[in-house]
Amino acid sequence: MLHNRIHLIACISWPLPIDASAHGPALDHHLLLNLWITVTLLALAHLILLIGLLGRRRSEPSSAWRIEYLPLAALALLFAFLTIRAERLWAASRYTGASLTALQVEVTGVQFAWYFRYPGPDATFGITRPSLVDPGAGNPLGLDPTDPHSADDQVSSQLVLPAGREVDLRLRAQDVIHGFSIPAMRLKQNAVPGQTIHVHFTPTTPGTYAILCTQLCGIGHYRMNATLRVLPPGQFATWQTAQQEATIR
Amino acid sequence: MRAFPNRFLRKCLFSTDHRIIGIQYLVLALVSVSIGTVLSLLMRIHLVWPEWPLPLHGPILPEDYLALVTIHGTIMLFFVLTTAPQAGFGNLILPSQIGARRMAFPALNTASLWLTAAALLILLSSTFVPGGAAISGWTAYPPLSAIAAAGPGQGTGMDLWLISIAFFAIASTISSINFLTTIIRNRCPGMTWERLPLTVWGWFTAALLSIIAFSVLLAAILLLLCDRHAGTSFFLPTGDLVSGVLHRGGDGSPLLWLHLFWFFGHPEVYIAILPGLGLTSMLLANFSHRRVFAYRTMIATTLLIGFLGILLWGHHMFVAGLNPFASSAFSVSTMAIALPASAKVLSWLATTWRSRPDNTTAMLFALGFVSLFITGGLTGPILAQPILDEYLHNTFFVVAHFHLIMAMAGIFGLYAATYYWFPLITATRKHPGRLLSEPLGRLHFWCTLVGAYATFLPMHFTGLMGEPRHYAQLTGIPGAGGALSPAGVLLAHAIPLNLCITYAAIFLAAAQLIFFFNLVRSLRKGTYASENPWQATTLEWHPALNPFSPLPASDQSEISVYRAPCEYQPAQANDSFLPQWEPDILTQMKMKDATHSKPE
Repeated sequence: MLHNRIHLIACISWPLPIDASAHGPALDHHLLLNLWITVTLLALAHLILLIGLLGRRRSEPSSAWRIEYLPLAALALLFAFLTIRAERLWAASRYTGASLTALQVEVTGVQFAWYFRYPGPDATFGITRPSLVDPGAGNPLGLDPTDPHSADDQVSSQLVLPAGREVDLRLRAQDVIHGFSIPAMRLKQNAVPGQTIHVHFTPTTPGTYAILCTQLCGIGHYRMNATLRVLPPGQFATWQTAQQEATIR
Repeated sequence: MRAFPNRFLRKCLFSTDHRIIGIQYLVLALVSVSIGTVLSLLMRIHLVWPEWPLPLHGPILPEDYLALVTIHGTIMLFFVLTTAPQAGFGNLILPSQIGARRMAFPALNTASLWLTAAALLILLSSTFVPGGAAISGWTAYPPLSAIAAAGPGQGTGMDLWLISIAFFAIASTISSINFLTTIIRNRCPGMTWERLPLTVWGWFTAALLSIIAFSVLLAAILLLLCDRHAGTSFFLPTGDLVSGVLHRGGDGSPLLWLHLFWFFGHPEVYIAILPGLGLTSMLLANFSHRRVFAYRTMIATTLLIGFLGILLWGHHMFVAGLNPFASSAFSVSTMAIALPASAKVLSWLATTWRSRPDNTTAMLFALGFVSLFITGGLTGPILAQPILDEYLHNTFFVVAHFHLIMAMAGIFGLYAATYYWFPLITATRKHPGRLLSEPLGRLHFWCTLVGAYATFLPMHFTGLMGEPRHYAQLTGIPGAGGALSPAGVLLAHAIPLNLCITYAAIFLAAAQLIFFFNLVRSLRKGTYASENPWQATTLEWHPALNPFSPLPASDQSEISVYRAPCEYQPAQANDSFLPQWEPDILTQMKMKDATHSKPE
């Protein structure tokens, strides 16, 4: 019970999960700024309302400029400032694609699992065909065995990434719309059937993090999660070699 | 005696009298809100006590939970927040506020009421078909909503959901045409546009939005029904594979549905709140015995909110696969709407500022509306920034935001309207209207205000923790590691606060029993109201428009308007208020001078 209460207080003071991506701190900082502005405006408005209600009756205010237009101008400036700040962060993370050296990983959302595909040593993803999808036979993505590029593709149920290297995720969905979300990476993007959507980010801190589905996708929506393992670069190389050997064998 | 059923059908059930239709809409909304509230309590209880078996049903399964989500959202948005303020109080009050005795198309009005009732019955019946009700939420994103194999409830349940909403869309469009025509054509002499009460401006703007939004929704629903049954592929891409069912047809896009749906869906939330915005302005002025501060600006902001409201649907799609440049544009248009909304808040603060208002229950609920509108509104600009939405999208932060600004503020507007207009609801030819009990009303207000904040404020925190919406369970997450997996740990963090939320939600719902008690008691035993109990200046309190009219042959008497609403003379005694209908040449001239010399 005491533990619960301490936990409750800790959550309210800064409830966000650990921030382990390169663009995350700027996002958190901007969010915190927004929250502080919100709380301030909230308190101010309620204070004015309460003082106005409790004070003695006076003749009605008349200066539309002082009461309406000046505060509106101030709010317009404030909102413009926040919009521009947010736009700069958004542009930095979304307006351009990943760098050419980024690690390529394909993410596929299926009711109710995430699959992660690495292109293997040939650095090219093999062709997938929906008609070949057969999870029971170990081919959940419908990899086409006649395509030479698909032979070395590694399919994993865990997303494993090296710390400090940018990753370029290509998001796909096989059946319905899914929401790919890694709260600790401050990343969220829907995977839409018929589309391939790229998002890129750089994990910074090794550890294990939750991957959730954040778009209602059916009865198993709540359990459609996976784990992101961020490894130091050396360990990642070892993991990758082991995977490649397993695939080729 | 044999004529009785016929007469009953004609006079009550299928009446074309706008007052009776308004009351019928309100009864429908009251039934709906009761069902919707019970469903939300079941969700709250299930989230924190997942093993609790629902009596006569058994444990709540994930599909049950999602059906609860879907029906709760659909009922509350369509059949409560759209129906009650717009169709309910609109029909009841709008004609008299513009000095009219009837709506422009009384028969159409009856038709839209019964279409709405049919829509509600179809929606509720979807719970009892094989597979149960739809599980895709009120937004019904395809392919989940396009393919029956996508989940239980996505077969017949989904079809019934779509048909229900199609009926509702037709009813709302008809009703809105009726409202617009009535406001444009049926105003009494002297009721210029500038003298229209802000409530009428709210109904007018909401009706404009309804026509635009619901016609698009209807089109989208027909397209989706075609995808489901006619082999088209508007929303289905080639090669879509759902539960082993491969779509070999044409190459459509699920994003098209998102565009069409949110083109409807965002104006829809303004449709729900615009009448409340207008009513709040009028009530604050009424009980503060003052004019509405910056009346013309308030008219302009109402229209501006309506106009901007149709330009920002894309803010629901920042992470949905929209072009990132489009997200930036929608971010700017969304931020822009914060300004007319802020202008309204400033006007409310100025109207009540040091006015020593009469704190009647109606006034308290209007003030509660202001508070909730501020609290819920301030998180709007946060969610309007795509980079922040990237973290907050579909978390409980969003749930907190729209429940405060739309659901709670909307309900507070409805309560303010109910306490304020109760004498007009209950008046008949035989006896004057009754008042709801004020002491019970005040108790109801304070419990509801505390309950609303206690329920929805903590959701901001669970949202910041990362708790996603639409999760049927926070515990018992299967998979590698189970509760110890990173996802399990993340969700488990939110459980203690969720327990608090559930207790608060139960308190909030229980507090509404005070209202029900007050309602039932006052319908029979409430004190009779005087002709104009709140010293109101607007026409619905005109003695000739009151069903219980002391004047003989009041149906024929001429109604004219001589001034803007909310003309109070604060310098004089308390009763110096000037209803819009009172011809006072001297005052009228004085007013004219006063307005001319005012630098508005």
